[in-house]
Amino acid sequence: MHKKWWKILCVILLTYTVIGGFLFSVPAREILHETIRNLYFHVCMWFGMMILFTTSVVYSIKYLRSQNLRDDLYAVNFTKVGILFGILGYITGALWAKYTWTEFASDTEIFREPKLLGAAIALLIYFAYLVLRGSLTDIDKRARISAVYAIFAYAMLFPSIWILPRLLDSLHPGKEGNPALNFKDSDARLRMVFYPAIIGWTLLGVWITSLKIRLDLIKERSILND
Amino acid sequence: MSHILTLFKKDFLLEIRQQHTFYGILLYVAATIFVLYLAMGQPESAVWNGLFWMIQLFVCVNAVAKSFLQESRGRMLYFYSITGARNFIIAKLVFNALLMMAMSLVSWALFTILLGNEVRYGIMFFGLTVLGGMSLSLVFTFLSAIAARAQQNASLMAILGFPIIIPQLMLLMKVANAAFSDVIQAGMFQMVSLLVAMDILVITLAIILFPFLWKD
Repeated sequence: MHKKWWKILCVILLTYTVIGGFLFSVPAREILHETIRNLYFHVCMWFGMMILFTTSVVYSIKYLRSQNLRDDLYAVNFTKVGILFGILGYITGALWAKYTWTEFASDTEIFREPKLLGAAIALLIYFAYLVLRGSLTDIDKRARISAVYAIFAYAMLFPSIWILPRLLDSLHPGKEGNPALNFKDSDARLRMVFYPAIIGWTLLGVWITSLKIRLDLIKERSILND
Repeated sequence: MSHILTLFKKDFLLEIRQQHTFYGILLYVAATIFVLYLAMGQPESAVWNGLFWMIQLFVCVNAVAKSFLQESRGRMLYFYSITGARNFIIAKLVFNALLMMAMSLVSWALFTILLGNEVRYGIMFFGLTVLGGMSLSLVFTFLSAIAARAQQNASLMAILGFPIIIPQLMLLMKVANAAFSDVIQAGMFQMVSLLVAMDILVITLAIILFPFLWKD
């Protein structure tokens, strides 16, 4: 296991997040109450997803510059783990909403929430990326075309994630900006666990990705020939 | 510049000589709107607006899909030898934008005839129709290039395109709502400039990324 210091850091931070997240005192807020502890899980998943997708697009750009298949392999694995984080963020968000947004009359009404729709769009775009990859058989061509799509999709996605939800009414916090980084809404006690949690979850994502990449590198040894 | 003009002229001539594709799309537009009229008569303005933009989306997929799919492998090789990738994509973008603007205006006319005249501010809606038609066509032209390189049909283009276009489509619907009533929409200018900025982004990305698709 090479370069192990950050893996140890990841384990320490996540242990701290889970213990601190469940045991430390949190500010008592109306409606939210103890569910506010979900901040350390739900919001961190989206941070992790965005960081992983951004890393993926950097590798896509690197691939187009270098035409080295290794970069393509990195890009696709970062995307896959990013999708995993996105799905987890979705699930933790849905659980949180179940206990706080009591105004929903039926179970289906929750799907009409703009922020949830925005998240679903983001995931659909990356599912389309995997469909595109699946439809191509030639390895070099697959790498090149999917890199082009990944860059295009990323550039189209991120302005819309940040701008569009602010135009629509939603129960979700953060109409006026980024809720997690807003110092009025959050609290020193929350931030004490929240910031380490972001780093910890992101490191875990990178760790999972690096394992997947190493496995793929062994599988594709004959193609990479270096 | 002259290359772009020649390529544009070639697409235009092709459209005039092979009129069946052009009339095919026109028939598609007319038939869809007619079916809508049979199904719902004359809906209120919010429904009118929503239907209008959804129809634009499907017309765009049909109109733009063929722009790259019609080019055979041999012909692409020929273009490759006589002109640059940038000229080629710019010519395609311009041609499809104009085609889609025309189609949007035709469907607006048909909507007015069949589903009733709900638009109160004609000039504003005209501007939005032109802008919206252009936005849709730019995105789908580039995706059609990707789908064509993947040797797939228009359905791959729809899979790739629909999630990406949703934000722009929602913006268009929201802005266009202002053309139906006297209520002044807050942040109108901001939203329109956002749409224009996204168009510029798409054009820039297409010009930067297309050369990578082109090489084989």
